[in-house]
Amino acid sequence: MSVGTLGMIYIFILAIFTGVEVISRVPTVLHTPLMSGANAIHGIVLIGGVILLGMAGDSKVLCALGFVAVILGTLNVVGGFVVTDRMLEMFKAKPPAKPHSDK
Amino acid sequence: MNRLIVPEAACLAASLLFILGLKRLSSPRTARSGNMLAAVGMALALAGTFLLPGMGHFGWILLAIAIGTAPGWLLAKRVKMTAMPQMVSLFNGMGGACALFISLGEWLREAGDGHDLARAFPMLLGIVFGSVSFTGSLVAFGKLQGLISEKPMRWPLQKTGNALLLAVLLVSAAMAPSSQNELWILLPAAAALFLGVAQVLPIGGADMPVVISVLNSCTGLAAAVTGFAMGNMAMIIAGTLVGAAGSLLTVLMCRAMNRSLARVVFGSFGLGPKKGVAAAAQGDQSMREIAASECAIMMGYARKVIIIPGYGLAVAQGQHLVHELEEALEKRGVEVKYAIHPVAGRMPGHMNVLLAEANVPYPKLSDMEEINPEFEQADVALIIGANDVVNPAARSDAGSPIYGMPILKAENAKNVIVIKRGRGAGFAGIENALFYNAKTRMLFGDAKKALQQLVTEVKAL
Repeated sequence: MSVGTLGMIYIFILAIFTGVEVISRVPTVLHTPLMSGANAIHGIVLIGGVILLGMAGDSKVLCALGFVAVILGTLNVVGGFVVTDRMLEMFKAKPPAKPHSDK
Repeated sequence: MNRLIVPEAACLAASLLFILGLKRLSSPRTARSGNMLAAVGMALALAGTFLLPGMGHFGWILLAIAIGTAPGWLLAKRVKMTAMPQMVSLFNGMGGACALFISLGEWLREAGDGHDLARAFPMLLGIVFGSVSFTGSLVAFGKLQGLISEKPMRWPLQKTGNALLLAVLLVSAAMAPSSQNELWILLPAAAALFLGVAQVLPIGGADMPVVISVLNSCTGLAAAVTGFAMGNMAMIIAGTLVGAAGSLLTVLMCRAMNRSLARVVFGSFGLGPKKGVAAAAQGDQSMREIAASECAIMMGYARKVIIIPGYGLAVAQGQHLVHELEEALEKRGVEVKYAIHPVAGRMPGHMNVLLAEANVPYPKLSDMEEINPEFEQADVALIIGANDVVNPAARSDAGSPIYGMPILKAENAKNVIVIKRGRGAGFAGIENALFYNAKTRMLFGDAKKALQQLVTEVKAL
């Protein structure tokens, strides 16, 4: 199943509207996690790196470029998701009970 | 059966999960699961890619993933919340570099059989966006980490130099598809790499929220155009979503500082004549000091206190003490709220994260539009390590460099207490008339120590 360049442009434009629509509802409180979450999502370039390396064949240059790309992409993806999770874990409606607050 | 069905289905599912994940980020309750959904989407897309026909080098791929995972995980687990902006910049730069290498690889793969314009154009864009976000993010990282001066850097012929760099970039990129030498492509790449450095170096620390947003958007676009070059839908959709998110945040940040994007990127904030300083020096006004014990009494017997935290609080590592103060006051029946300016901190929403880390419940964190009408009912506005975001000159003094920037109307509160390190002007070097206001009292000293005293005094009341 393949769409031509025109099909990709359609998808690109629809994705812009979807993105703006979805993201404009994110409250200011969550802007940092939004940014770091988005940061993790553009780590999707990792897929491109994997394809480049996977289809590099015998070319040493392509292998090297792909190998580095996969390392960098993975750093982006893993770091991005883990750090976002760490931040979101902290957002609580009520602070947890603390030992010193009961007196 | 078509061997592409499984990878295509994985890509489709991943794209859906990314959108749903971002949607769930719109409430703190569902946000964490949203991030998880997006991560699952990423795993699916990755797994699907392995099943593409014609793939090889699996050992190398897995090795590279393992090499990337370890430092990514460790850095993400260890980074302090105050260092979040530079961490996000660093990861962002890695993504940009990844897009750069992929586009270069794709370009070289096709170099033998001549370039088809419909494919060459997105590849060139991938190289340019990837390069700019790579070096731009690294410079931003260096500035935020304190490796490079946070001050805006200037050098002779800066604008001419940048324009020249841009010209080299455009011309060499335009000539690249028809060039016989396959190494020609390194010329626009190098120009773009230098351009990333040259564009971010002159931008000051206070403008970092805008820069980070722009660079994030830039890497998103790099991912999207790389997707165009490779015909990969998941990359186009995910990249575009991020590009949209980054652009939206950029617009919000610029609006919060009342500065156009062009002025942030090309302007010279903090270098103009310091009119405000001169004006204040002429007057015979003076700041009125107050002791911590008196502050504690003012707040302890108030009905409503609004705390305005600024980046100075984070620098002094005082977030946990602020929360303690808030709890001590609430126990006395005082209503406490936090007023968060959109550009408090070094990236959009940074202050919220820092306070959340100190266990401040998020319903207490109010943004500017929400809290501004409430200052009139507040008995005390407590300003900690913030300056420009409460400076009335932004509304009254057309000559001020921050004129027109929306501010927190702390001066409407019945009393204003300012915790400040010293008498000097703030980060941007702009004098603040609020500090000389008749209802303002200054509590000089390190934010952390001052807060410690306040907590003790309030508890002793």
